[in-house]
Amino acid sequence: MVRVLKLELRGITKRFGTLLANDHIDVVVESGQIHCLLGENGAGKSTLMNVLYGLYEPTEGDILIDGKAVSFRGPGDAMAAGIGMVHQHFMLVPVFTVAENVALGAEPTKAAGFLNLDETRRRIREISDQYGFDVDPDAMVEDLPVGVQQRVEIIKALVRNAKVLILDEPTAVLTPQETDELLDIMRQLKAGGTSIVFISHKLREVKEVSDTITVIRRGKVVGSAEPTASTTELASMMVGRAVSLNLDKAPATPQEKTFEVRDLTVIAPNGQHVVDGLSFDIARGEILAIAGVQGNGQTELTEAILGLQERVSGSVTLDGKELLGRSVKDVLKAGVGFVPEDRKVDGLVGTFSVAENLVLDLYDKPPYAKGISMSPAKILENAKARIDEFDVRTPSAAAAAGTLSGGNQQKVVMARELSRPLRLFIASQPTRGVDVGSIEFLHRRIVAERDQGTPVMIISTELDEVMELADRIAVLYKGKLVGIVPAGTSRDVLGLMMAGIHPDEHAHSQPAGSRPAATSDHAEGVDHD
Amino acid sequence: MTEQHRPNDTPGGQQAGQSHAKHHHETGPAAEETAAVVSVDTAGGAMEPSAVPASAQSGKLPGGPDTLLRRIFTGSGMVSVLAVFLALVIGGLLIASTDTRVATTAGYFFARPTDFLAALWNAATRSYIALFQGSVFNPRGNGLAAQFAPLMETLTIATPLITAGLGVALAFRAGLFNIGAQGQIIVAGILAAWVGFALHLPLGLHLLLVLVAGIIGGALWGGLVGVLKARTGAHEVILTIMFNYIALYFLRYLLNTPAFQRPGESNPISPILDPSAVYPQIFGTQYRLHLGFILAIGATFLVWWLLNRSTVGFEFRAVGANPKAAQTAGINVSRSTILVMAIAGGLAGMSGVAQVAGTEKVLTDGVAATYGFDAITVALLGRSTPWGTFAAGLLFGAFRAGAVQMQIQTGTPIDIVLVVQSLIVLFIAAPPLVRAVFGLNPRRKKPARAAKNTKAATTGGAA
Repeated sequence: MVRVLKLELRGITKRFGTLLANDHIDVVVESGQIHCLLGENGAGKSTLMNVLYGLYEPTEGDILIDGKAVSFRGPGDAMAAGIGMVHQHFMLVPVFTVAENVALGAEPTKAAGFLNLDETRRRIREISDQYGFDVDPDAMVEDLPVGVQQRVEIIKALVRNAKVLILDEPTAVLTPQETDELLDIMRQLKAGGTSIVFISHKLREVKEVSDTITVIRRGKVVGSAEPTASTTELASMMVGRAVSLNLDKAPATPQEKTFEVRDLTVIAPNGQHVVDGLSFDIARGEILAIAGVQGNGQTELTEAILGLQERVSGSVTLDGKELLGRSVKDVLKAGVGFVPEDRKVDGLVGTFSVAENLVLDLYDKPPYAKGISMSPAKILENAKARIDEFDVRTPSAAAAAGTLSGGNQQKVVMARELSRPLRLFIASQPTRGVDVGSIEFLHRRIVAERDQGTPVMIISTELDEVMELADRIAVLYKGKLVGIVPAGTSRDVLGLMMAGIHPDEHAHSQPAGSRPAATSDHAEGVDHD
Repeated sequence: MTEQHRPNDTPGGQQAGQSHAKHHHETGPAAEETAAVVSVDTAGGAMEPSAVPASAQSGKLPGGPDTLLRRIFTGSGMVSVLAVFLALVIGGLLIASTDTRVATTAGYFFARPTDFLAALWNAATRSYIALFQGSVFNPRGNGLAAQFAPLMETLTIATPLITAGLGVALAFRAGLFNIGAQGQIIVAGILAAWVGFALHLPLGLHLLLVLVAGIIGGALWGGLVGVLKARTGAHEVILTIMFNYIALYFLRYLLNTPAFQRPGESNPISPILDPSAVYPQIFGTQYRLHLGFILAIGATFLVWWLLNRSTVGFEFRAVGANPKAAQTAGINVSRSTILVMAIAGGLAGMSGVAQVAGTEKVLTDGVAATYGFDAITVALLGRSTPWGTFAAGLLFGAFRAGAVQMQIQTGTPIDIVLVVQSLIVLFIAAPPLVRAVFGLNPRRKKPARAAKNTKAATTGGAA
């Protein structure tokens, strides 16, 4: 039995200039507990953990281990004290084996400096067997699924004798099934005596696995909750006001189908078919949600529709007009509103003002421009109206868009795209990194657009969001359509589909990835028009 | 992830408060890419993917400027001013170090330090006073006209620097590092000069044609780079450097052909341009200052308008700041690349015209002197804003004009001006150094997570 330790953060304050990221935070992680830090993006959870992991020096306050104050000068000190951290972005070298990755930073050597990985391999097998990780020490990391890579990160921490494991948003990259597996692993680690600090904003997981929940809002601990608290209660604590998590949208009244995709295929520069023979339609007044784990062709699908992809075949028609082969400008002109998945890279010019960003794809149309002469007055006028309408929190319309919070940046993109008459609205990850309060608002705007009779396509990797918004759900796996199912399909079924297994085949336990497209053609109970 | 949290010493040309923010976000990618798994949900904040690794995203795009370069080119004007000041101080020390009186007094420094300091001060100030007298106002001049002659000379030299500098600055705002002003000036000079001496047209029309020919020459030479970049993805830095050589050797070849060589002359020099083909001198014949300077003012205003008030400039700036977002918003990045290079070339072309139709009145292989390269420095010092470039052009013009007078009066070598110019570039490229010297560096114990909300604020719009 490993020695367990009790971790205490007392009065931790972290100040960056005038910004108070952590304000006298007290957290006690009892040994052998799963302690959840719940809070919105930017609430200060990650700052707190970076303080704990030695990446930041606290402005005030103490870290106590078993009652003794310690100070960490860097992650090395924290590791030595038994604290391990699994970052949201894995710190693995893709072309190294598992053993090499685990040894990295503390490589055991034989005489004359030769690497000795045998000991590392042995430890990996030991840990892997103990917790049922099923990790081969000699596998190349880049060949492993994301869920397994995450386990390698956990092994890395355990090999260094971590007694407290910090997991920073660990489920963000996982399929629902992988998430469940991770939650199991967490329970086992706990049983083995490891304490876990679990950072998340996903209420369902938090409730499922936590022993104690500490809620952080704007850098302060606003309270703790039992895992038995309702999701609504937890959400209200996070946001600081009552939130309704249920959208209560009216049922869709689909009209004629104006958007049709037929045999859409996108070939990546490396020859891979990243979108592979997709066919679907969206009716006016209907929301089709495309579900799937990230990297299964969603990005390429939207880019192909918009005209941003080069090697595309098939057909995409809007109101009977072909969109493929046209310039982005033409596609936008045809009435497509597009919210890209990564607003910072594709949706906004960070150094441009909010006002300029609000006309980023309208700058050359009247009334914002006459000929090539732009009208700053009209642009400002538009900005003021949009800022009001979408409640964008910005110091002014002239503030650089990059200085706004994620939620407000998203509102800028959404406001811009919804500010013109649309024939099709595509929103990719519409609420990623957006605070709970804004999510509600943005969701309502999307539904409002649907209710105006616009076909809406939502691409989301968050199953909750998909289930919330969708009138129908299409699931993508490896660029192929696993199937289209009605709203209300259970989380379990969707989870299986996201792993490439069609529900009908599940009975036969087909391995992931086997003939998903062929399957969908013969699936029953699946909407296929 | 230590990479992201380590205090940064990367040069960042930002207002003190914002510089941290930028560093925080721009040093991240290396670490993030190492961890190249699937791209990840941003929830959690700390590891928010930065906007920078756009290159790592799908789809290739021309024109994403190197971020470091970008920061150097578009940093705050304050750093520019301080850099100039600092360079002048160090230049002064260098001048003093060659002064014999300073050397003598240094010998008995401990006996009478005041002598040494006085000598030091005298040596530096004498040179700079001479520099000022040679570039702005010479009180010993015979009459007001002669007293202001240095200023006129400064403006004359500044003219090609300003227009070529504008070309570099404009291209940079669109994310392109245009080192090709030199070649663009040469090609413009060739065309303008040929129209000037080979055609014989009426007054007015002739000069207009010379100007148009020059601008078109520069625009073609620049635009060709744009086309190659947009079509083949070749890097504009390499293209423009090569195009500089091609232009120079083509010029040398032409000057040895009958079409360009002055009759009865074996030197590589063209005939003198027709009187109808040269810029009129604005303040009379005693000064070299010509119409080109007025045109340079006009060009500066035009570039300002183009960048800040026109849809074309909006596209340039969007492509320069975030090509992916520009493309997603329907902006044709290739077209912008070609267009901005053509306009940049046209502006540099105006410098070529100013040379052949303004100051030189003939075509030689030294027509561009080093104006094309100095233009890069000018744009850099001017932070790629039109009026900043204008001011920087005037400053460098003054250095050039004053250096001669400085050498005559004090014996200080002209080269010291080049040293000062180089120091200016050096300091601009290292803003933290400048801020450290002036004690302006924000305290940086740990870089800010606060950054999250204040990231990114290069000069977006106004000149």
